Amino acid sequence: MIRRLTAGVPARTLFLLGALLAVFLAAPLFAGDYVLTVLILILYFAYTGQAWNIMMGFAGQLSLGHALYVGLGAYTSAALYVHFGIGPWIGLLAAIPVAAITGAFIGFLAFRFRVAGVYFAILTIAFAEFARVGFDHLGWTNASSGLFLPVAQYAHNDLWTLRGHPVMFYYVLLVATVLAFIFCRALLKSRIGYFWLAIREDEEAARSAGIDTFHYKMIAVVISAAMTSFAGVVYAFYYNNLFPEQVFNISRSIDIILGPIAGGVGTLFGPILGSFVIEIIGEGLRSLLESFGIDVPGIKQVVFGIILLLVVVAMPDGVWPWLARKLGLAEQRK
Amino acid sequence: MTALLSVNGITKRFRGLLAVDTATFEVADGEIFAVIGPNGAGKTTLFNMIAGVFAPNAGSITFAGERIDGLSPDKICRRGVGRTFQIVRPFPALTVEDNVIIGALLHRHHVDDAREHARGVLRRLDLYAKRNQTASSLTLPDRKRMELARALATDPKLLLLDEVMAGLRPTEVDGVVATLRELNRETGLTILLIEHVMRAVMALAGRVLVLHHGAAIAEGTPDAVVRNPAVIDSYLGAEAVG
Repeated sequence: MIRRLTAGVPARTLFLLGALLAVFLAAPLFAGDYVLTVLILILYFAYTGQAWNIMMGFAGQLSLGHALYVGLGAYTSAALYVHFGIGPWIGLLAAIPVAAITGAFIGFLAFRFRVAGVYFAILTIAFAEFARVGFDHLGWTNASSGLFLPVAQYAHNDLWTLRGHPVMFYYVLLVATVLAFIFCRALLKSRIGYFWLAIREDEEAARSAGIDTFHYKMIAVVISAAMTSFAGVVYAFYYNNLFPEQVFNISRSIDIILGPIAGGVGTLFGPILGSFVIEIIGEGLRSLLESFGIDVPGIKQVVFGIILLLVVVAMPDGVWPWLARKLGLAEQRK
Repeated sequence: MTALLSVNGITKRFRGLLAVDTATFEVADGEIFAVIGPNGAGKTTLFNMIAGVFAPNAGSITFAGERIDGLSPDKICRRGVGRTFQIVRPFPALTVEDNVIIGALLHRHHVDDAREHARGVLRRLDLYAKRNQTASSLTLPDRKRMELARALATDPKLLLLDEVMAGLRPTEVDGVVATLRELNRETGLTILLIEHVMRAVMALAGRVLVLHHGAAIAEGTPDAVVRNPAVIDSYLGAEAVG
């Protein structure tokens, strides 16, 4: 299994991945509170970017509404916790089906009625907006007043109920990001991965090669939605408050796709590298300006815009393919 | 001689335009059958109905004893009909090998088995050395051969070739003709081709159907068809026969 997953990957790429993992594992020992929160954001966007990439990068289906699945995961687990005292890991067992079924419903509507391309993207936005408006009026989750979890005690880490210090969330997200990376690699090297790439490249040609494109697009949406909902569970228990206006906001969906676009859509390492680049530059510049006493609200978004612009112009495939070529890290083919 | 494919009176209308008008023919198992005719005669429409892109307005299509008209392209492919496109449709960002592996995965569940099968097909079509290039970097003749390889990798019983020779130089045409003949002889593959390159039609086809304005105007051996006055009149032109 491991041999299959690493076939064709140069030894130095594996070594660097290992070294990177070691750095991430050790980081909380050295990082202060601020750096830790930035690292948590990086891992959060690396993970959600990886999940989004299954739909867009592999199967070619552009979702601009992934905040929907984050929000469903967050609200499902938080509501179960607040109302019934059900912990996040059991809550996840409910969050995943809720997100997956919603994804399947959107996918079914779109693919059954041949809604594709930008129209599909608009449909994904529409459903995220439905959810935002819907949750704004849903009394069970406290509507627009927001759903609050009992505030955590930093002194005591309880992994089972996800109550504790940010370091615990950091490690939870790190494990999730590593697992998502390995899972995506396995998917991409499987029959399903090949069929997704065929659909992404030319759907009609894929159909003529015998691929049931409806079936495989549905699988992509369901897997992506289910994975994304886990990030929502972590989000809810990390921030302890949920407002529909924030959670389902379209800008949350855009934040998710920035990483993979900057890093390289359809690549495995792109979402990780991209969220790193985006967050480091965005946060770095903000704190730099802050140290000069300049506080510009929204500067991060402006920087994101500029980074995207530069990437699209200079490296339309993303930073990772370029970096992999430069450093000789790309996969070798026999 | 049993019919692998039988097309019974199929008709396709696009609003007012009658693209294919009650076309009827049979292709026997192991035969190479060509459909020729002037531009706009309805050849590609006929093809697209067999491949499942459109359902016919009337008539039926039977493949290996079962009705296939109205089925989706992927279902028809899974029953054993492979096709190429008039305007090539590779998976451009993928390598040549991956393009063919995708075809091979139709009836194979393991990527390693599919890769082995794909490499065999690539060797047969002289593309093995180019297997790691991306499809978008190939020349047109190579792309056409790659598309042929992708279709062959799905293990079809019937191969539909839509102008696979168009844009090729005469020596390249001879190369493809030789490959197709070999496939037909060695594996018993049945081939239905649309072709304008008469050099290829004459060399390959056992029987030829001539379409004109959507209707069949002649059917028979290549030699008989090119001497048919109606065919000369509507398609080949008098000087072609000489």
